[in-house]
Amino acid sequence: MSAAFLGMPPFPRAAEEAVHNTTLRANLRHATHTIRAKRAKAVAELSDWEQLREAGRQIKDHTLRHLDRYLIQLEAAVTEAGGTVHWAADATEANRIVADLVKATGETEVVKVKSMATQEIGLNEALAAEGITAYETDLAELIVQLGDDRPSHILVPAIHRNRAEIRSLFADEMGKWGRAAPHGLTDSPADLAEAARLHLREKFLRARVGISGANFMVAETGTLVVVESEGNGRMCLTLPRTLISVVGIEKTVPTWRDLEVFLQTLPRSSTAERMNPYTSLWTGTTDDDGPRDFHLILLDNGRTDVLADEVGRQALRCIRCSACLNVCPVYERAGGHAYGSVYPGPIGAILTPQLRGTGSAIDASLPYASTLCGACYEVCPVAIDIPDVLLHLRGRIAEQGGPGHRVERAALAASGWVLRHPTVLAATEKLAAATRGMHPRRPPGSGAWTTSRELPDVPTQSFRDWWQENRR
Amino acid sequence: MRVALFVTCLNDALFPATGVATVKLLERLGVSVDFPAAQTCCGQPHFNTGYRGAAEKLVQHTARAFAGYDHVVTPSGSCAAMVREQYPRWGETSLASRTHELTEFLVDVLKVTDVGAYFPYTVTYHPSCHGLRTLRLGSRPHRLLQAVKGLELRELPGAEECCGFGGTFAVKNAAVSTAMGQDKIRSALATRAEVLCAADNSCLMHLDGLIRRQDEPLRPLHIAEILGSTEEDPYRPEEPIS
Ligand code: SF4
Repeated sequence: MSAAFLGMPPFPRAAEEAVHNTTLRANLRHATHTIRAKRAKAVAELSDWEQLREAGRQIKDHTLRHLDRYLIQLEAAVTEAGGTVHWAADATEANRIVADLVKATGETEVVKVKSMATQEIGLNEALAAEGITAYETDLAELIVQLGDDRPSHILVPAIHRNRAEIRSLFADEMGKWGRAAPHGLTDSPADLAEAARLHLREKFLRARVGISGANFMVAETGTLVVVESEGNGRMCLTLPRTLISVVGIEKTVPTWRDLEVFLQTLPRSSTAERMNPYTSLWTGTTDDDGPRDFHLILLDNGRTDVLADEVGRQALRCIRCSACLNVCPVYERAGGHAYGSVYPGPIGAILTPQLRGTGSAIDASLPYASTLCGACYEVCPVAIDIPDVLLHLRGRIAEQGGPGHRVERAALAASGWVLRHPTVLAATEKLAAATRGMHPRRPPGSGAWTTSRELPDVPTQSFRDWWQENRR
Repeated sequence: MRVALFVTCLNDALFPATGVATVKLLERLGVSVDFPAAQTCCGQPHFNTGYRGAAEKLVQHTARAFAGYDHVVTPSGSCAAMVREQYPRWGETSLASRTHELTEFLVDVLKVTDVGAYFPYTVTYHPSCHGLRTLRLGSRPHRLLQAVKGLELRELPGAEECCGFGGTFAVKNAAVSTAMGQDKIRSALATRAEVLCAADNSCLMHLDGLIRRQDEPLRPLHIAEILGSTEEDPYRPEEPIS
């Protein structure tokens, strides 16, 4: 995954900083609570929500089980429709293919539709290294790009910014990238949107190469689908001569009809809309309509490894709605950056360590970035049992026994032994009760607990002893 | 009907009053409960931290300790959830199907909601994640509390939000855990209730630690201690257990 995140501190440390940033916490709390309530309402409108959720789960599971077959069908259909399919095993290969394709057009500028896959591979940075400038056209992505920042949410990458911060970014930075923001820019949403519109329009009309991802790829017809709210995506998908789409292999669905399910569950889960304002679908190329040249890059980048894990593979069902982020109490306090990946929140905590492996400190800390409260599982429109995958990954990490886990493993093994010997446990409890007056208020090893909390008092008698005296 | 109390390791060592209240409550309702002394810990801390081997041994130990009982009752939503949801992984389906969290046992098995309790305080109830989402306790605790004489139940804003305990999460991610707990306490204080009640002493231990550090006027209390309190033998916070 993107090199930008290498060397990130593990989650607890990054999260602690975020917790103490009061503006960030207020921004996140406001944003997540608002969308949370709206989503619940939009979902409650559908009486068959649970059936839709189950249908989505089954379609995705079926596709993943036969992914090899559907990908070959997809390749054939795309080629048949006049597109070209490229296979990329990892980020480097995908970036190389895109850079070569752009260079072949002779262009040095591209416009981009917001896409997680291109962020995952660090495409913008890779293109910049080749002298190609990539312009993000999604409003929130634009804010992130102008701020030389990183996205902190799947759907609303600039969720951590408030309007005042955005206003000064626009005023200070837009001119360096293209059309400057109008004088006297205020932080009213209408003003900010208008400034972005003017700035971006210039880019849409000039660009000859567009780069996108896709929400879905239909195997039977070779059709790609992008759903969005702003309309910038449709401009990028239709105006340029060349369209390059970089898509994770798991975005495949077998038939056109399968879209019926996801086009209902995705918008309601992500933006609480009954239907997203723009749904663009394209199949290869068409004379005198849209791009002349269409390239599809099928990205693996760790996905087949995830697929090989029976428990973990359900993470590939994800349709990136971000509902799990919006309900997650940990994400709400820690913010997206603490996850050290373009996939933050609960889905990031299970997807990132699977895609990248658990070798680094940040990746090994992610499966522990949860209280296992289960709110994410409850809202997920494709029923990914995120807590279960977290537990599965914890098992893997604990078994590997990294530096932090050796001591822990010994401690838990010792406690396990005591706990299998009730008489030893009873003696330990008796000893604790007898010496309760002598316990220090902050015993060694209790640091992380006692910074903010008192320890419980040890009672004069354990339950076990009470029972012995009173009921036997 | 042979009924066993699974008091849980946390209650045994740190919150014996919850166990005592559970015993008295069940006896008052005509149930004779047994305490199999071989019991210790359900293995949840080990399992949730990733130590499956250690957990498995405790699963088998616990299943053996409770063999032969028709029902196993526990005043802990999270331990009940561990037994019910995770034990079948190791083939322990029998114990899973015989285990009930306390409020479930009262409402579903004994079929009572008025347990004859008396508790003249204002109370707000934190449903805790395992009770809410894994066991789906629903309105059971509320129905039980509403039937308590003298008790006034106040709705907790954002009740479904996690309190931030999460076992080792409280230590591994102490800053986030604390922030979540403080928000929960703020919501509870906003109700102006005197007592913050839950069916899980693990959540309450974390919240109590914060409440005492911040010196807030709120008393965390397990639901068993409220339901165990009667006019003849009322809840007395400062007295040692007898
Ligand atoms: S895991 Fe589920 S809830 Fe989270 S983003 Fe993916 S589809 Fe949405």
